[in-house]
Amino acid sequence: MIIKILGSGCKKCVTLGNNAKAAAEAMGKDAEIVKVTDFAQIAGYGVMSTPGLVIDEKLAASGKVLSVAEISALLSP
Amino acid sequence: MSIFGWINDQLLRMQWLADAVTEGVLAVGLDPASRIGGSVHFFVYDVIKIFILLSVLIFLISVVQSYFPPERTRRILGGRSGIWANTLAALLGTITPFCSCSSIPLFIGFTAARLPLAITFSFLISSPLVDLASVILLASIFNWSIALAYVFVGLVVAVVGGTLIGRAGMEDQVADFVRNAPVHDTDETMMWRERLRYARDQVLEIMHRVWLYVLIGVGIGAAIHNWVPEAVIGSLLGQDKWWSVPVATVIGVPMYADIFGTLPIAEALIGKGVGLGTVLAFMMAVTALSLPSIIMLKRVVKLPLLALFLTVVTGGILGIGFLFNALTHWFI
Repeated sequence: MIIKILGSGCKKCVTLGNNAKAAAEAMGKDAEIVKVTDFAQIAGYGVMSTPGLVIDEKLAASGKVLSVAEISALLSP
Repeated sequence: MSIFGWINDQLLRMQWLADAVTEGVLAVGLDPASRIGGSVHFFVYDVIKIFILLSVLIFLISVVQSYFPPERTRRILGGRSGIWANTLAALLGTITPFCSCSSIPLFIGFTAARLPLAITFSFLISSPLVDLASVILLASIFNWSIALAYVFVGLVVAVVGGTLIGRAGMEDQVADFVRNAPVHDTDETMMWRERLRYARDQVLEIMHRVWLYVLIGVGIGAAIHNWVPEAVIGSLLGQDKWWSVPVATVIGVPMYADIFGTLPIAEALIGKGVGLGTVLAFMMAVTALSLPSIIMLKRVVKLPLLALFLTVVTGGILGIGFLFNALTHWFI
């Protein structure tokens, strides 16, 4: 699976990326974390507040840093 | 002394802190009235005061802000037009993000949802220009009439500027990807715990971003306050010099700093007899326009619209500068 972090490289985006990675690893999922910093691309997801979290091209959250537990809940089928 | 006077002096102006710093300066063997002692006092007092006020204010305002995420603001403004819609947009701009860096995603989100340019620009102009934290800091450093006047003219620039831009009919001057961007609407509400966590994170993030600007700003302020002769400042930016407002604006536009960093400079300039209008023009130019935000904006709007935006905002700032210089005696 591909997890995208939308945001212009702010501290929150880094934290969100780390949390997403930790959540995926804890669940034994093979996830690739991609950082999207170009705001034309970010706009392509309809996001107005960063950081945004996109799981397999689906917007899962925007404007907040989700915890590892919250991301795990989103990742589980 | 009245309760209000006490709150103003001790909580906002922090007279106790000024006194304590004076004691401290004396304790290390410096005379607060001397140049070095005065610089040390200005620097230490202003840095501590601004950091205390900023932390408290950003926390409180972030709690308010958590009730107005961009998606909700967009819903509130959707389907409206006319001068009251512009006013509403400008008012909502005062409680949304502090940083011009968050304006671009908002611009894209608003435009994609087909909000009129007039509304979007009223919001975009007021958002970095006027916010509650800067108003209370202005009241702390100067007085309440200056703070309220600043809010009022800031809102006027936003409303008039947005209206003018709307009249120009430049809806087609927006980059194509902006208009074709998807509109994603959420309706999440936060729990109280989340709001507090959000507010705490905002304080940490904003302090992390602005602390250096505040230190530099206070440093420049302290230098002007004690080392630059009044005659030098007066001959360049004095009240009687008609060019003082344009010079302050031209210096301020490309600069990128938060309003929090410009306040100590403003404070020192006023102390040197620079006109209130000149100082306000400088502050507004620094916060409303900056080279990085212009470069970002260039990617989402085409050149004619960008030029119109810059002209309208710069014109508004110049107008405010001249107006306040003419009316300085009302405020100080």
